[in-house]
Amino acid sequence: MAAFSPQALAEFQLILGRYPTKRAATLPTLHLAQREFGWISPEVMAYVAGLLELPPIKVYEVVTFYTMFHQKPVGRHVIEACATLPCALNGAEALLEHVEKRIGIRAGETTKDGRFTLKKAECMAACGGGPCLQVNGDYHEGMTPEKFDRLVAELA
Amino acid sequence: MPDAPLEHPDQRRQPREGGEPPAPVPPPPAYEPILLRNIGIPDSHLLKTALSRGAYQGLKKAQAMAPEAVIEEVKKSGLRGRGGAGFPTGNKWSFVPKDKWPHYLIVNADESEPGTFKDRALIENDPHLLIEGTLIGAHALGAEVSYIYIRGEMVLGAKRLEAALAEARAAGLLGNRQIHVHRGAGAYICGEETGLLESLEGKRGYPRLKPPFPALVGAFGKPTVVNNVETLANLPAIFDKGVAWYRTIGTEKSPGPKIFCVSGHVRRPGNYEKPLGYPLEKLIYEDAGGLRPGRTLKALIPGGSSMPVLRADEVQGLTMDYEAVQARGSLLGSAGVIVMDDSTCMVRCLLNISRFYAHESCGQCTPCREGSTWLAKILGRIEAGQGEGGDLELLLDICDNIAGKTICPFGEATAWPVQSFVKRFRDDFAAHITQHRCPQRPAAVAASAR
Repeated sequence: MAAFSPQALAEFQLILGRYPTKRAATLPTLHLAQREFGWISPEVMAYVAGLLELPPIKVYEVVTFYTMFHQKPVGRHVIEACATLPCALNGAEALLEHVEKRIGIRAGETTKDGRFTLKKAECMAACGGGPCLQVNGDYHEGMTPEKFDRLVAELA
Repeated sequence: MPDAPLEHPDQRRQPREGGEPPAPVPPPPAYEPILLRNIGIPDSHLLKTALSRGAYQGLKKAQAMAPEAVIEEVKKSGLRGRGGAGFPTGNKWSFVPKDKWPHYLIVNADESEPGTFKDRALIENDPHLLIEGTLIGAHALGAEVSYIYIRGEMVLGAKRLEAALAEARAAGLLGNRQIHVHRGAGAYICGEETGLLESLEGKRGYPRLKPPFPALVGAFGKPTVVNNVETLANLPAIFDKGVAWYRTIGTEKSPGPKIFCVSGHVRRPGNYEKPLGYPLEKLIYEDAGGLRPGRTLKALIPGGSSMPVLRADEVQGLTMDYEAVQARGSLLGSAGVIVMDDSTCMVRCLLNISRFYAHESCGQCTPCREGSTWLAKILGRIEAGQGEGGDLELLLDICDNIAGKTICPFGEATAWPVQSFVKRFRDDFAAHITQHRCPQRPAAVAASAR
């Protein structure tokens, strides 16, 4: 049974205090749950629903609507590569091909050793530094295949 | 840490493909930035830096005024919403009823229109500017609680905002007001104000039918104003330096400064703050360093990817204000200026845009959910050299059945690019269909396109 650590439960109480309804805490609580458990399993959805006193379907609806909630286990490093127009005009498609070759998986997949998950992302508001990608939530702009190779070498 | 391209992006950028040396830095512009003035200063995100640069002076002056007077002042300033619609901010505020409480101010920091990257720069580098603007707005509206709805992907931005709010709270700047950071979780539609409100309430970001408008029934059923980050960032200077000064910037109908986000085929993409009404050609050829060597302009989207594209001949002499861009057949939108040079395949660009909108359609309205996917499929076929006679008419027919037939303006955002690309670059599309390949690329490459 999924359950928050005492520290996460304390954070959850703080979150609840910010909103006039419990349901409004759904997104922040799911972010917290993803940080705690790595991904949002059906069990985690049920746990979050219990905390928020909601039918589990209300949490399921939310998890399946937003792209940032992982519905499957992910690798230790999540790489999200933007391929939307401004990045594409500056080589994002070729960069994504290079990334796929370099780490040996296609967008949407996780490496067998659990090191990387690769996702194709939509515009991340970094068009001035395209092509850009995010690794574990950090922006990397002005990406080139060479810069990506150096970045990957640093990720255990 | 992101290497956000701000005042002098050329200094931080790697040479573009082809390895050409960066263009020489132009002489410093006469215009002094107002919104981006602190960017590039060390530790610009910290309260002590912000205070040393005059932060929270506008708030003090606004708080000395009655809320109604603050609203009047903003009306007089002529400030228009910077999120895309350009609606007068003071008018928006005045729609909130005085007999229904509480009121909420929601900051739309869900910046997600492709080609737009100004709000992220402001939040990461000058969070106190946004907090000050939010507090001025909250004072005007009588909002005890405000939420900053920030894109989930902006992890650093959310951290900086939380830290800045803690500093401001400790310094007593928030008074009795609360400002909370609410992170989104990846959905373009949550930039639409009613989709955002649904998301804030813990639901799918399905836009609401209007009326009732958020001013009457908004967050948690209460009167609500949703303002864009850049809109609120204008307020401190308006109150610190006064409306008369503010109206010397920009044009009569489009006053004030604007951050233009220049991306695509220019040598120095980045955020450039200029007065509204600034000449586009100056922006592209001087500020952004012009196009790559040997290239000429083919097309330009002036206001983020959902706005109609313009041909090079249509942007000659264009000034960047709401009225002038509209007169040329597009809209200023979020001022995300996407530049495409003569090496660009317009079919491929439109396919990219249409795939984006098909991916981001929330699925609530049938014309948009189905139509956006059909558009992307047909364009994919044309791009792959398998287009058929009648495809262009089919595309336009689908657009006619999306635009104006959906709950929210996402329908227009889906249709306008297709309508404008096909209208203005019809020959490019026709050549793909008749030649069964992209005339600009060898057939083998076209066939293997992703």
